[in-house]
Amino acid sequence: MRWWWWIPLMLFAGFLGVAAYQLTQPKDDFVPSAMVGKPLPAFELPAAADGMSGVSTADFQDGKPRLLNIWASWCLPCIAEAPQLEQLKQDGAEIVGIAIRDRPEDVAAFLARHGNPYTRIGADDLSQVQLAIGSSGVPETFVIDGKGVIRYQHIGDIRAEHVPILLEKLREAGE
Amino acid sequence: MSLTLFRRHPSESWDRSPLTPTVRRAIPAFAGMTLFLVCLFAAPLAAQQSLPPAPYAYRQLEDPAKEAEAQALMETLRCLTCQSQSIADSDAAMAGDMRHQVRTRIAAGEEPEAIRAWLVERYGDYVSYAPVVSETTWPLFVIPLLLLVAAGAILWRRLRRAR
Repeated sequence: MRWWWWIPLMLFAGFLGVAAYQLTQPKDDFVPSAMVGKPLPAFELPAAADGMSGVSTADFQDGKPRLLNIWASWCLPCIAEAPQLEQLKQDGAEIVGIAIRDRPEDVAAFLARHGNPYTRIGADDLSQVQLAIGSSGVPETFVIDGKGVIRYQHIGDIRAEHVPILLEKLREAGE
Repeated sequence: MSLTLFRRHPSESWDRSPLTPTVRRAIPAFAGMTLFLVCLFAAPLAAQQSLPPAPYAYRQLEDPAKEAEAQALMETLRCLTCQSQSIADSDAAMAGDMRHQVRTRIAAGEEPEAIRAWLVERYGDYVSYAPVVSETTWPLFVIPLLLLVAAGAILWRRLRRAR
């Protein structure tokens, strides 16, 4: 038998090896937004609760970098990240919220119970802005620079270790 | 039937675990009971999304031709909260909102491929189930062709020798 007859079998064994290895790796479920680095799409959302202001693209174009937090009162991890948002606010971050598929009374109850770190909250009842910025769930947090360009995306709830990262990204966006 | 076999990380929201139709059908009866219990204990229950589905999440377009176009597109778009389903199959609220968006855009005269491109621009190729030849996927299309050519060549040589 000629040696090169073994090549296909070797290739197949190599393929099996790669497949077996990949099966043991944890699945990465996060879908990163392809909008990072691009300007926020144009939108204008009404206020999500009484006494709050709505959110529009123009609010992000005054030169000051901000955090854009995509959340909802019905979202459990959003409760978990509330203390971290409060911390970010105390560290000088301005946080704009967009509430996904939410009722004003539910939003108000959530804020009363878990604190209100937001300067504005827009109501996105049909997930239109969420889709337009490439967000695939709640909660997600975007860093928006002073020109309204998306600079960074954090997927999932913000834990204590993510606070310095977000502050750093916010500082970078302000340069 | 929407099986939620591919659940997200447990810490993630309820948004990612859609209700099955069976559960949704049971909701009216359940809602009455829940209301009663809420009144009884006056304690806030963890609320599942309370907003009704988007207008065109579960309603077909009036024009059957456009609905067929929308349906064909929806079957090839990935639901982002239940990632192994298409938005046509999924009962997740976000999939409903995506269906609403697809249907209203098609009703407004937008081309299906333009809508797909709009979503790919936001979520990458991952959102689309339609295979595309790109920098990373070309070997998938080229290798079978090469194998066919190689098999054909071997066969041809053998048959010629056998004659």
